[in-house]
Amino acid sequence: MTAEGAPAKVPVVAAHQLAKTYQLGEQAVHALRDVSFEIQRGEFVAIMGPSGSGKSTLMNLIGALDVPTSGEMRIDGIDIATLSRDELAGLRNHTIGFVFQQFNLLARTTALDNVKLPLTYTMPRPKDPDAIARRCLEQVGLGSRMDHVPSRLSGGQQQRVAIARALVNSPKIILADEPTGALDTATSLEILTLFKNLNAQGMTIIMVTHELDVAAHARRLLRVRDGRLVEDRAMDGRFEEPKS
Amino acid sequence: MSLSEFIKTALIALRRNVLRSVLTTLGIIIGVGSVIVMSAIGNGASKQIEAQIASLGTNQLTIFPGSMNVGGRQGGAGSAPPLTEKDMRAIREGVQGITAVAGNMNGSATIVIGNANWVTQVSGSTVEIQDVRDWPVKRGRYFDAIEASTGRKLAVIGSTVARELFGDADPIGTTIRMNNIPFEIIGVLTSKGQAGGRDQDDTVIVPLATARSRLMGRIRVPDEVGQILVKVDDHYDVDEVQADLQRVLRIRRRIGANATDNFAIRNFAEFLATRSATQRTLSLLLASAAAISLIVGGIGIMNIMLVSVTERTREIGLRMAIGARGADILGQFLTEAVLLCLAGGLIGLTLGLGIALGVSSFFDWPVYVSPAIILLAILASAAVGVLFGYVPARRASQLNPIEALRYE
Repeated sequence: MTAEGAPAKVPVVAAHQLAKTYQLGEQAVHALRDVSFEIQRGEFVAIMGPSGSGKSTLMNLIGALDVPTSGEMRIDGIDIATLSRDELAGLRNHTIGFVFQQFNLLARTTALDNVKLPLTYTMPRPKDPDAIARRCLEQVGLGSRMDHVPSRLSGGQQQRVAIARALVNSPKIILADEPTGALDTATSLEILTLFKNLNAQGMTIIMVTHELDVAAHARRLLRVRDGRLVEDRAMDGRFEEPKS
Repeated sequence: MSLSEFIKTALIALRRNVLRSVLTTLGIIIGVGSVIVMSAIGNGASKQIEAQIASLGTNQLTIFPGSMNVGGRQGGAGSAPPLTEKDMRAIREGVQGITAVAGNMNGSATIVIGNANWVTQVSGSTVEIQDVRDWPVKRGRYFDAIEASTGRKLAVIGSTVARELFGDADPIGTTIRMNNIPFEIIGVLTSKGQAGGRDQDDTVIVPLATARSRLMGRIRVPDEVGQILVKVDDHYDVDEVQADLQRVLRIRRRIGANATDNFAIRNFAEFLATRSATQRTLSLLLASAAAISLIVGGIGIMNIMLVSVTERTREIGLRMAIGARGADILGQFLTEAVLLCLAGGLIGLTLGLGIALGVSSFFDWPVYVSPAIILLAILASAAVGVLFGYVPARRASQLNPIEALRYE
């Protein structure tokens, strides 16, 4: 099932003729059709598309929250369609770090405990969860606010806690869903800079957004429309107005 | 997740809404509390009855002269020919498995000493009475067989009589007058306490022959005894001995095959056991009422857990996204339900114990709380948690993470 014997260049995400169809009554809705791409380790990819384009469906498949109707989705070399519900949970725990638009931190729980949360589901259990969580909080610049509960942190700080939580299990991918959607421009820039720094240290980052100037911070753009991948190109930090 | 993490997570969740948690457990608190109170009172009563049975002697049979059926007319009790010492002898010789046979006649007398007097029950007994009733003296001695048969005026008094007439003074050697006849006190009985609503210690025992000639009014035959008391050997079955007794007495009293007994054999222990069975039925009824309130409490728990699962759908979605398995979510909510119920159970237990103690001291009822019932209360509340927490917990564990994350 795993690709341990394979050469080192296993793409962290490999989609092959991916399709996802929802059945709404008698009508079949094709959320995704014939989508193929690969994402290599160390990339910083933005996935763009208007609402209803299928980008959320694509994100759920990359995040191993859902399995495709047909085609193949390999995360870190593993075909997710072959996994059980619990195995998918395990894959998410080890391989993917989620960052959400609304942060999704546990209320009345300190930053440190929030960051430690994924480790409680990790098997085998890491030896010193506190030390790991502290290191991640320091990495996102919140070393001095570990004991604060979310209500005492600003939006930007909360999102940093969420990013630290995503980092805590040393994932292969950071998967961010509109990570700046609830933040002002200045704070958004801080978060995007943090992502860039993490990417510079070798972390693969996949960011779903509908804002052009947010996507501009990525180094590669995947554009989805009407369930199809309509654009896949590299960006060199510069943003070009897409041709539609 | 490990159990300690489950408990830690559950405590955080429960602390988030303390008032709701307490209100939710109210049903369990009342259920467990009432189980404890009911069982404390019920057990106390049956313990008391058991003690009374033991004080009467569990293997003692009493034979009374029964009513007689003459020409279709049922005579009153005592209309039958009286029991005699010949009957006693026949029992001693003819019945297997008895250790002692005593004759006894009961009457009442007014005891006078100086200007104090006390009305009490007087038993004229043969010396075997101390063995049959398992009733030793705590001071002094019983009369012996010779003293008994020669009609000496000696008395062994019960502890209530001793207390009422002598207080703390030693009554041994004192002469009292019963029905104006002087008796010398030679012994004081140990205390037996209440049985069947009567103070057993309010009594005086005198030799049977003395009682017959001096204290009892009407004697129909010279060797009459009021009742015969029989002590059954521990190794024999009381019912079998009773059947044997009946057979021997029927022959001795020449009762025809079709005639009814003109005597009655009574087993006091059996009589009290019937009463304790009634008590048991009552406590069973009360226990089922308590069980119903536990179920109602459990439904309350289930209801609030369902609300909690709905409220925390996003949290569940997040936990699933970051790697929680179905069993992790199930365990988390099940732990919450069990902890809620256990907390309710412990509060109910404390409350119940308090009320039981209050009842005990206020109404002067005997109460008894067995360790088993405490364990049962704790286990039952945990079981309610598992039983009624399972449905909400399972619902939580089967949520679709994508929909749960999107839930507003």
